[in-house]
Amino acid sequence: MTETVTQPNFATFPDEKGHFGPYGGRFVSETLIEALDDLDALYQRVKSDPNFQQEFDKDLAHYVGRPSPLYFAERWTQAVGGAQLYLKREDLNHTGAHKVNNTIGQALLAKYSGKKRVIAETGAGQHGVATATVAARLGLECHVFMGAEDVKRQSLNVYRMKLLGANVIPVESGSKTLKDAMNEAMRDWVTNVDDTFYIIGTVAGPHPYPQLVRDFQCVIGREARAQCLEQTGRLPDALVACVGGGSNAIGLFHPFLEDTSVQMYGVEAGGHGVETGRHAAPLTIGVPGVLHGNRTYLMEDDDGQIIETHSVSAGLDYPGVGPEHSWLKDLGRVNYVPINDDEALEAFRTITRVEGIMPALESSHAVAYAEKLARELDKDQIIVVNMSGRGDKDILTIADIDGIKV
Amino acid sequence: MNQTVNQTVNREHNRLNQTLKALKDEGRKALVTYIVNGDPTRDATVPTMHEMVAAGANVIELGVPFSDPMAEGPTIQRGHERALMHRVSLRDTLDVVKAFRQTDNTTPIVLMGYANPVERMGYDAFAKAAVEAGVDGLLTVDLPPEEAEPLDDQLKGVGLETIFLISPTTKAERAEKILSLASGFVYYVSLKGVTGAGHLNTDEVEAKMASIRTMTDLPICVGFGIKDGASAKAVAKTADGAVVGSVLVDTMGAMSGEPAQVIAEAVGALVAPIRQALDEL
Repeated sequence: MTETVTQPNFATFPDEKGHFGPYGGRFVSETLIEALDDLDALYQRVKSDPNFQQEFDKDLAHYVGRPSPLYFAERWTQAVGGAQLYLKREDLNHTGAHKVNNTIGQALLAKYSGKKRVIAETGAGQHGVATATVAARLGLECHVFMGAEDVKRQSLNVYRMKLLGANVIPVESGSKTLKDAMNEAMRDWVTNVDDTFYIIGTVAGPHPYPQLVRDFQCVIGREARAQCLEQTGRLPDALVACVGGGSNAIGLFHPFLEDTSVQMYGVEAGGHGVETGRHAAPLTIGVPGVLHGNRTYLMEDDDGQIIETHSVSAGLDYPGVGPEHSWLKDLGRVNYVPINDDEALEAFRTITRVEGIMPALESSHAVAYAEKLARELDKDQIIVVNMSGRGDKDILTIADIDGIKV
Repeated sequence: MNQTVNQTVNREHNRLNQTLKALKDEGRKALVTYIVNGDPTRDATVPTMHEMVAAGANVIELGVPFSDPMAEGPTIQRGHERALMHRVSLRDTLDVVKAFRQTDNTTPIVLMGYANPVERMGYDAFAKAAVEAGVDGLLTVDLPPEEAEPLDDQLKGVGLETIFLISPTTKAERAEKILSLASGFVYYVSLKGVTGAGHLNTDEVEAKMASIRTMTDLPICVGFGIKDGASAKAVAKTADGAVVGSVLVDTMGAMSGEPAQVIAEAVGALVAPIRQALDEL
């Protein structure tokens, strides 16, 4: 564990301008400022409104299927041979990942705002599916921006979104991946700002998004903390979650930040290896910069141009990261570590065979790091791993790697 | 506009302020023309800048290529992409300004771009290098006043102007705040949308213009969605100037294979009738 500096009172961040220390903030063109002010005012109001909270909790219980279990993976623990491994089963949520916790919350905000049109960006398509799902349920018009490359790679999710009634718009600009989809969603929002609610899928973007997405995802950590205490009588020794934009990780970590005995590990996509330059690990070797409305660690070149990323997992294939993670890295409260494509794939196969649980390729990065960590800890220590999503969406990718045509 | 900025440099000599003041005194409208540095080729930019001036442009807004130009419509996005194919950087853009200044030391140049390349270079280093190269002002699209002060201090400290956007969604109270930092001119975004969009509403622009006038003495230039002499003239009736960009970038993109001087003259030929239309006012 890195030596920690004096820790702030995490619950009071971000400040009113959306800053987490030097990170976060609001770096957008002027036309969007009023929309962000309105969203912030709405969110600050409903946050303490019991009716909103009740509606949110009810949807999480009866529509998403929460609480998700905290599951002791006994066979996996034995196979690894170290600390006890517990899985927080976000893969069991409706739509198959943690993403829906946030889209339920933001769709409720959209409803309170009176806006009838929602837009979203998506990489792997999980956030797009989760948005299309809640839009269908609330009868909202839904447009999802998706990089043209990702549309090709994730055809199954594209079709799911279409079945749900969403309009999927392939983005042909730039590198044709998630970051370009986010640019295009911002452009749509600027143009249709009067009637459109932008549902951002991760804890990045301009304030208040990093805050409100975190708050909606914190249900993961609150449940996990209570479940761990109930099942084991104590807090876990370590938490492990994958980090792309970082919403599942912040959701798990945040409710434990004041528990100084709990170590935390955010696992980035090491791709072909961080030394090759073909990866998506801005916290591991990036530098602070400004992109998509916030200041945070980024992957960029010497001229400040954002560079293309690589990961076998489309959901981690993003050059930035949520600003709160950048701050937690600098504070030394969370350790950020890379896991390569190969390691993630191997972990995917192991846990699938010993537990009958098929993780998403994103979550497989957390699974792989948890195995390494477990071997370093004692057998009576406890690690909680966020199983952020299920792997059904990745079967074609895995088959392709295996050289099998499905 | 008496802000608390450290004015270590007398900014009256800034080319931008001098030019806009002279135009106002003559009762003429400012024509601000935008191209992306390095688009479609590295060679095309300096000759095109000169041709635009010869055709009647008063201020050159030079786009700094960025990988993620969030506020741009498809036309200018492609301009950024073409420039980045030859890895044109912020430093290269300062070199282009330096080259332009060898034969034109009067036409003001405003760089327009995004925060990250400037962050990467460092605010202090950028401010010094920009003023040395002959830049007069900077418009950073994704740097609203809440985040702009550290850079603004550096720029004003060396005598550079910071141009801010005011949009149709900007409320009066907020406009006051923007105007307390703004200098050079106010860039009024004529529509809710990206650059090059097609839904300009000149009545709305006129109403907003009147309200901004009550808050500032700075010149106001209007941009986004201005395509030709007629639309430039329509917005300049109430504004001090018009900004034209996408239509120029579109032409340059279509001429990628042509020699630099041919591209430059084609752009000049687009600028001249807009100048004429503005001079009819």
